[in-house]
Amino acid sequence: MKTMMKRGFALTLPLALVFGAAAAAPSQAADTEITWLIDNSQSNQDVAKALVAAYEKANPGYKVTVVLRPGGADGDNLVKTKLATGVMEDVFTYNSGSLFQALAPSKNLLEITNEPFMKNVLSSFNPVVSVGKKVYGTPFGTAVGGGILYNKKVYAKLKLKVPTTWAEFMANNKKIKAAGIDPVIQSYKDTWTSQLFVLADYYNVQSASPNFAANYTANKEKYAKNPAALRGFEYIEELKKLNYFNRDYASTTYAQALDKVALGQGAHYPMATWAIPQIASQQPASLENVGFFAQPSSKASVNGVTVWVPSGTYIPANTKNAAAAKKFVGWMTTAKAVDVMNSVEGFAGGPYYIKNASIPNALPGAVKDLVKYFDRNATAPALEFVSPIKGPNLEKILIEVGLGIKTAKKAAADYDADVVKQAKQLGLKGW
Amino acid sequence: MTKSKSKKKIKSPYSYRLAAPVGIIFLVFFIIPTIVSFFFSMTRWTLFDWEFIGFENFIQYFKEASLAIGFKNTLIYGVVTSGLKVIIGLALALLLTGRLRAKGFLRSVVYFPVLVSTIGVGFTFSVLMDPNYGVINKAIVSLGKSIGWETYGPGWLVDPNLLPLFSVAFVDVWKGVGMATVIFMAGLATIPREYYEALEVDGGGAWDKFKNITLPLVQPATAAVVILSFIGGLRSFDLIWAMTNGGPGFLSDVIASINYKQYQAGFYGLATAGNVILLFFVLAITGPIYWYFNRKEQEA
Repeated sequence: MKTMMKRGFALTLPLALVFGAAAAAPSQAADTEITWLIDNSQSNQDVAKALVAAYEKANPGYKVTVVLRPGGADGDNLVKTKLATGVMEDVFTYNSGSLFQALAPSKNLLEITNEPFMKNVLSSFNPVVSVGKKVYGTPFGTAVGGGILYNKKVYAKLKLKVPTTWAEFMANNKKIKAAGIDPVIQSYKDTWTSQLFVLADYYNVQSASPNFAANYTANKEKYAKNPAALRGFEYIEELKKLNYFNRDYASTTYAQALDKVALGQGAHYPMATWAIPQIASQQPASLENVGFFAQPSSKASVNGVTVWVPSGTYIPANTKNAAAAKKFVGWMTTAKAVDVMNSVEGFAGGPYYIKNASIPNALPGAVKDLVKYFDRNATAPALEFVSPIKGPNLEKILIEVGLGIKTAKKAAADYDADVVKQAKQLGLKGW
Repeated sequence: MTKSKSKKKIKSPYSYRLAAPVGIIFLVFFIIPTIVSFFFSMTRWTLFDWEFIGFENFIQYFKEASLAIGFKNTLIYGVVTSGLKVIIGLALALLLTGRLRAKGFLRSVVYFPVLVSTIGVGFTFSVLMDPNYGVINKAIVSLGKSIGWETYGPGWLVDPNLLPLFSVAFVDVWKGVGMATVIFMAGLATIPREYYEALEVDGGGAWDKFKNITLPLVQPATAAVVILSFIGGLRSFDLIWAMTNGGPGFLSDVIASINYKQYQAGFYGLATAGNVILLFFVLAITGPIYWYFNRKEQEA
């Protein structure tokens, strides 16, 4: 009986979290104590702890309590539920771009456009946390790049050069396969990892069709109809046909894939540099064997990286502790807060969007590779930061391509149909 | 269980006041949510506000690319699991009501999987069925080696040609057959010994006993097992979600998992419409089954 009750408790826990938070209305001392909701990834937990400790030390009498939430779709629903029922923490960190737009910001969030601390933030960040001209968030953490993680030892052994075009990439793959190493790692057990070939190809799409994002949002561009956009789907199809994936790719997990690329069991893993901290903790001895290059394009003159803009930190409109919340959010935009974040090893995966931000001296090699693209100004934000539309089923549709269930063309058309739901849900014009 | 055909109202022995608390619970937790869900299925609902859009959600829902797979899988899953549970459950019940040592122990062994958490079972089996590291394939590989045959072992849950849905259905049967067995055992206990004795006098064998006495007279139990496991199969979700997430791609999606993914994606109105459709789908299929077995029961 006892174990049965326990089981019931575990199953209803997510609900209890939502309602429990409603029951325990914050009864805090005069506007100096606040709560901060952040997702429970290890690196975020570490950094949040360090930030709060430094903030409380610098501001005696002020107190911040960190509250953790799940990531992914469960986290999305938790954040929306908390906002809808008016029990959101005083400060919360959440994705920018298309997921931010789905929060109904002008209704639920506190506008911070004219706060003095906004002058610390690089203005290039503002569009991903704005509705019209009103800004609602500050950047949390660093930008990361999406592209290909590769094993430098394999490249050195086979005397390969970092490719800039897809043809060069495929030529490398041929040699790698001949040497008995898996050319490209895929990890379909963690479905989200299947999307990188399409999402990280956006720099190339944008260079071929500069107005893609605006037209896409207005229902005038389609993945199936634009040849440049379709390429991302076709890449997966080509690799599958040539049998270039690791044999167990259908059941490989993200963590196993990171091991494979670090240890050289596979040569390439399409992924973003947010994976670097996890490689550092899983395979510290092999971290420097991992390098990064941008997703190859159709011609050598186009060679840049697709960037994931950092999450935002927001204040809900109905908070009772607005002054203390602003004080904390403002402090997090200072160079001092950046120093604290840099002190957490492996956290910095690229540049910050904070003026005068320092970058740690000892960056992992893959992140140095990424920074080179920033230095050349060869970057473009991923589509989800310039268009509010992202369909929920992209990852599953791409797995179908990778398993050979669907052709690239059919998959792109299916994804175009999938995003209709999102566009309608957001009430966009022209859908 | 015979239904009273008389129209005369039977006065309930309980006063309304006594029934009121339960009535309120029923109203608040069952009637109102059902009505509210009918309403929200016709809105575009973001949790923050809603807009009435009539039947647009239903139209959109039927355009869902994986929906055909979902309906097909839902039916296959329901038929396969309830069919196997009847066959295996009845066989086990016959075995466990027969002359056997350690009957009590064996009965509890058969029933034990029913008590284990579905999610736990799902995760356990997805580990066991892992193509590389799972015990099942390790056994197959080493067995293959012993007869000099190099093999990898099948990808039970990930190979698109192997229909991962059947792997999940197999686990569902393993987990649920104990319940069917218990129902059949109860049904077998109601069959009077005299019938078998009479047949023995007439010179009938074991097969005659099963075919002419057991099978017809255990009919109410069969009906209960079929209906319970079929409804369970139609709205099954937890096991499929724990083992495959509806994947790979959409290959093991059922209606409930499609709806769940739509809630996850934040399409609350659309997902609610999906649940309303699931409700009618289950009613449309189980209604006739229920009616059919009930009629047979009255005839018997």
